[in-house]
Amino acid sequence: MIPAALEYRRAGSVEEAIELLGSDEDAKLLAGGHSLIPAMKLRIARPTALVDIGRLDDLRYVREDGDRIAIGALTRHAALEADAMLGGSCAVLARAAGEVGDPQVRHRGTIGGSVSHADPASDLATVLLTLDADLVARGPAGERTIAAAEFFTGPFENALARDEVLVEIRVPKAGEGVYLKHSRRAQDWATVAVAAAHVDGRVQVGLSSMGPTPLRARAVEEALAGGASAEDAAARAAEGTDPPSDVSGSAAYRAHLARVLVRRALEQV
Amino acid sequence: MTRIALTVNGEGREAEVQARQLLVYFLREQLGLTGTNVGCDTSSCGACTVLLDGESVKSCTVLAVQADGSEVTTIEGLARGGGELHPVQQAFHEQHGVQCGYCTPGFVMATVSLLKDNPRPSEAEIRHALEGNLCRCTGYHNIVRAVEAAARAGA
Repeated sequence: MIPAALEYRRAGSVEEAIELLGSDEDAKLLAGGHSLIPAMKLRIARPTALVDIGRLDDLRYVREDGDRIAIGALTRHAALEADAMLGGSCAVLARAAGEVGDPQVRHRGTIGGSVSHADPASDLATVLLTLDADLVARGPAGERTIAAAEFFTGPFENALARDEVLVEIRVPKAGEGVYLKHSRRAQDWATVAVAAAHVDGRVQVGLSSMGPTPLRARAVEEALAGGASAEDAAARAAEGTDPPSDVSGSAAYRAHLARVLVRRALEQV
Repeated sequence: MTRIALTVNGEGREAEVQARQLLVYFLREQLGLTGTNVGCDTSSCGACTVLLDGESVKSCTVLAVQADGSEVTTIEGLARGGGELHPVQQAFHEQHGVQCGYCTPGFVMATVSLLKDNPRPSEAEIRHALEGNLCRCTGYHNIVRAVEAAARAGA
């Protein structure tokens, strides 16, 4: 399978990428390419031009920033998985990064690309939503910060303007965290996945593949805040969700999986 | 067309490529390196695995223009010459980690990448690290034994 013909421009800076995006409304940003290139091969995506930001190495970093951790948007999954500081201070994100695809995918795919793709079954998007991460976007007018809860606007849709580039992700230092992913085959997307972590003294829970975007399990969080047991709180895991039915499982099966995985996650976190 | 310059198996190569040209087809059709196979063509099976700057990647999901300036190693570039196999190739041969052989170049390249990061992986780590490669013949047991043997041999 071969993508449709297109132009290729390599951006030497974020500013140049913004300018190139602004000059062609059907241009797409290329980072690691592991969401975009498969879609282009299937011709689900047919950009007229690619603006390659994959060489902007100054967007590859993981560093402490007070009580937060700042992650450059081009940081690869393999780097997140192996980062000792992240593993200690935000283990749920490091663990989820190690669950994305397979080693070859993790050597190329980036956190910014994965999150911008906004797949409702995304591992990292679910974790960022769970952690109330902030996403920093740069555009012609400068930078703005978008809360994860505002970022995922629909299936494969995000809050970025066409000429904005996601440059940084900021997550809180989280206490114990777990990421439990259930899929039918190795390397597959999650049929359902659950992220749970201690943030600012409370347990926050997120769900992958349970609706049109990654979701927070708000009913579970409320039950926990009210003193419910893990089992009683987990029983509410499917409340407010809208899981799909597809080849990986029916909506009812996904609701069941969500309750089971949330209970297991709460027992571990 | 875009001009690219890269190192393939230690040799400098320059070429004009279309922006949409995938690395695997560049290697196979423009450079004639047909040891890298195309299996699923959907980033699943790993038959097209090569090393890009030392790390395993699926070359069906990398554009040739993205490899500009990089070092690519394919199965043809592993052996040191003189008929001597690379220790990972030797281990796959001795442990019979092959049946039809179609997936083998990808498994070998994925193994080289794994052992660089983790020289003595456990069986569980080997199985997890090879989840990006599919074999429809062997049932994987001899492949895992081959990786263990390669690790013991210090590959």
